[in-house]
Amino acid sequence: MSEKKEFLTIALSKGRILDETLPLLASAGIEPLEDISSSRKLVFETTRPDVRLIIIRATDVPTYVQYGGADMGVTGKDVLMEHGADGLYEPLDLKIAKCRLMTAGPKDAQSVTKGRLRVATKFVTLAKNYYASKGLQVEIIKLYGAMELAPILGLADEIVDIVDTGNTLKANGLEARELIHMISTRLVVNRASMKMKHHRIQPIIDQLAATVAQKN
Amino acid sequence: MAVYERWLLPDGVDELLPPQAVAVETLRRKLLDQARTWGYDLVAPPLIEFLDSLLTGTGNDLALQTFKVTDQLSGRLMGVRADITPQAARIDARRLHNDSVARLCYADTVLHARPAHMMTGRCPLQFGCELFGESSLIADVEAISLMIESLLASDQQAIHVDLAHVGIYRGLIGEASLSVDMESKVFDALRRKSVPELDELLGDDALVPESARMLRYMASIAGGPEALMALRVKVGGVSAEVDAAIDDLESVAQKIKQRYPSLEIGFDFCELRGYNYHTGLVFAAYVPGYGHSVAQGGRYDSIGQDFGLARPATGFSLDIKVLAAISELSVDGDRTVYAPLLDDAGLWRAISGLRSAGERVVQCAEVVSVAGHRQLVLENGQWVVRAIGE
Repeated sequence: MSEKKEFLTIALSKGRILDETLPLLASAGIEPLEDISSSRKLVFETTRPDVRLIIIRATDVPTYVQYGGADMGVTGKDVLMEHGADGLYEPLDLKIAKCRLMTAGPKDAQSVTKGRLRVATKFVTLAKNYYASKGLQVEIIKLYGAMELAPILGLADEIVDIVDTGNTLKANGLEARELIHMISTRLVVNRASMKMKHHRIQPIIDQLAATVAQKN
Repeated sequence: MAVYERWLLPDGVDELLPPQAVAVETLRRKLLDQARTWGYDLVAPPLIEFLDSLLTGTGNDLALQTFKVTDQLSGRLMGVRADITPQAARIDARRLHNDSVARLCYADTVLHARPAHMMTGRCPLQFGCELFGESSLIADVEAISLMIESLLASDQQAIHVDLAHVGIYRGLIGEASLSVDMESKVFDALRRKSVPELDELLGDDALVPESARMLRYMASIAGGPEALMALRVKVGGVSAEVDAAIDDLESVAQKIKQRYPSLEIGFDFCELRGYNYHTGLVFAAYVPGYGHSVAQGGRYDSIGQDFGLARPATGFSLDIKVLAAISELSVDGDRTVYAPLLDDAGLWRAISGLRSAGERVVQCAEVVSVAGHRQLVLENGQWVVRAIGE
């Protein structure tokens, strides 16, 4: 309990988000004391003794921050939309790791599908809501990865997934169809922390916002 | 049926075992006793009543939260209460026949069809105090003070009180006259303080009125008294409702600060919890180590109307189970006096004497050797209490 009082904990996830977030955090005077990518540790001290970083899966970031295990976190808008952002604040768009959330399907596919459209995705809620908003009731098939295989093997008619360059789709004979949402990385803050640790959190948000504005 | 299927409890449904149960019960009594000294009368509304009464007023937010069953006598739907506040409002409006101020308190189990948030279960023990019939800020200050006292009574030291006022959002959004769809998007983004989304929604469009852009500003400020001053500078004069709300916040914060100088008071203008039924000042309390508010309340002047009598009302509630769990209260009275298992009249008198003095006495064949406990021993024909091991 006392540990929680002292530390400001920021949740990050390995990969593209981490690589692009660290320079931003550095501009706010927060740098990890050791190289995160080469370490198997999950908790890292930083140049600011009152701030620590934790490394978790991107999809777990909203959960940790909601729970208050971490005061702040960095995660994609896709994860936030899928998770439901109740109990979280998302005050800042870090404008990094940008991509698009899209529907995709086999090239030259007949658009007439018998019965309900089957959609393979890991964004179950998002996909359901998107198709519903288009007036379509669809069958959602939850997958954890390699979505592109589903239409090839006849498991699904379409997929909903993150598209960056579109190369993976192309390589598997698929084409991107409709844009559901532009995705970028967001800073999220626990509601209680925002209130109780406001004096420490707000300057970090302001500094990050200034750096983001400068870069874009 | 596997054995575990017989003893597993449903998700989010818990039970309290000895040390926690005593802690929760001790805290419950403490809170009710304290409310009594403030003039609050205890009420015990029924666990179940017609859905129509439960879901009126405050209720609409509670529709998904309420377990429903059909009443076999009337064929009407009944609900297991998910919140006692509407019941208290019903009692005030229909049962008390009182035109003056009424103060009611309660502490009872409620049932949630789904947990209110990820850190809590589905059967909270709700303690609350409601003040009816007083529309001035005196009532708001009293409700906040009693909430603070309730947390102090559970040994919480570093309390942070968060103040907000639905009138600020209501005033600004009223001036902005956005479409219904746009308004609900703005509301959603505001609740999440999502400045990027508000920018997207309200951005550069010249058609978007100035007051809507002020909503964006509202999302980016929070904090101590300086935040309230900043808000006044920015949105003051937009509408009488907004100005009045800011005045109310300032005045209540001042009075609370006077009473509790070391208390931290913050303002958050995006706090729109219960927006459908709150009508004025809303407040919540936070303590370190818990990522959610531990107590919350606010003004709900129009609820009684649904029961035929609109009365000014404000109050707060909290979950005693949560508060007891994070407070780590020490429980007195688990110190036991062990007595031998003898059929002796003198021993019986000694035991009865100790029990009526409030001591916990256990008769057992073998004395458990636990530090801190005591035992009854026979010395010179007299039964006396001695520390174990003496």
